[in-house]
Amino acid sequence: MSRVRAFMAFLYDFIVGDDPVIAGVVVIALGVTALLAAGGAAAWWVMPAAVAGALSWSVLRAGR
Amino acid sequence: MSHDALLFASVFLACAVEGVEAVTIVLAAGITRGWRSAWAGVAAALAALAAFVALMGPALTALPLSALRLVVGGLLLVFGLQWLRKAILRASGFKALHDEDAIYAEEVAELGGLPVAAQGLDAFGFTVSFKGVLLEGLEVAFIVVTFGSNQQNVPLAVVAALAAVAAVVTAGVIAHRPLSRVPENTLKYAVGVMLTSFGMFWGAEGAGASWPGGDGAIPVLVAFTLLVSLALVATLRRRHSRIGAVGGSEVQA
Repeated sequence: MSRVRAFMAFLYDFIVGDDPVIAGVVVIALGVTALLAAGGAAAWWVMPAAVAGALSWSVLRAGR
Repeated sequence: MSHDALLFASVFLACAVEGVEAVTIVLAAGITRGWRSAWAGVAAALAALAAFVALMGPALTALPLSALRLVVGGLLLVFGLQWLRKAILRASGFKALHDEDAIYAEEVAELGGLPVAAQGLDAFGFTVSFKGVLLEGLEVAFIVVTFGSNQQNVPLAVVAALAAVAAVVTAGVIAHRPLSRVPENTLKYAVGVMLTSFGMFWGAEGAGASWPGGDGAIPVLVAFTLLVSLALVATLRRRHSRIGAVGGSEVQA
């Protein structure tokens, strides 16, 4: 059981990393992109905007 | 230009673009995380790709490439942003330069030898190489099947694709030596920028968005990511110099 827990912890750390907010923003941004694209609107700008926002927020908070 | 020459040129160029994307990712993983893991990722991806192609054949065109792009793009983006975040904090003095190996060793120790069971492979290097080669390889196969069957000359399309892959891999081998002399943190910074840019591109495409300029948007995304990250490094450096004490201000990411 402890090996399973250790593996899950490794997997979480491997995928999500130091700042879970970044992973959360990526998932939300992909969802928003899909919704906009499905509605026929231009959606390419969502990912760059989300990346700039999430990265800035994350590093500025870490360097406080 | 004859139909055959046009087919060869189209498939060669399309596959070269896909090949450059895959080779860039493998080079980045190999130089920063070790060639053993990167090559293992390439080999596993090629084996998976061969199985896919053998199993599906012409039915390859029915593969949900968008879903694959969404998953691979999303994961690459999360990985890339993790790397870029650490690289920005290192470049601005908020994080020690060589902490990565120590952190990874700690993770390995916590796993009770799990990565050792995987023959000491670096999971990050393996996964990034595997995903990059598998996705691009599938796109190459897709290009060969669609272009080749539309022009009723799949063998010529296969030759063009192989020529493109050989040309790109040769260029990658030539570029590998000069790249290995670049300082470690600069490389990690560059890898973060590349993974983030490819991740944005594939993720958005997988979610259904169309990039202005198609594949031409990738260099623009690389420039955009680099500019944003450099602006953040500059801001954090100013903040760090205001704080003053170098050792005392190191953050735990």
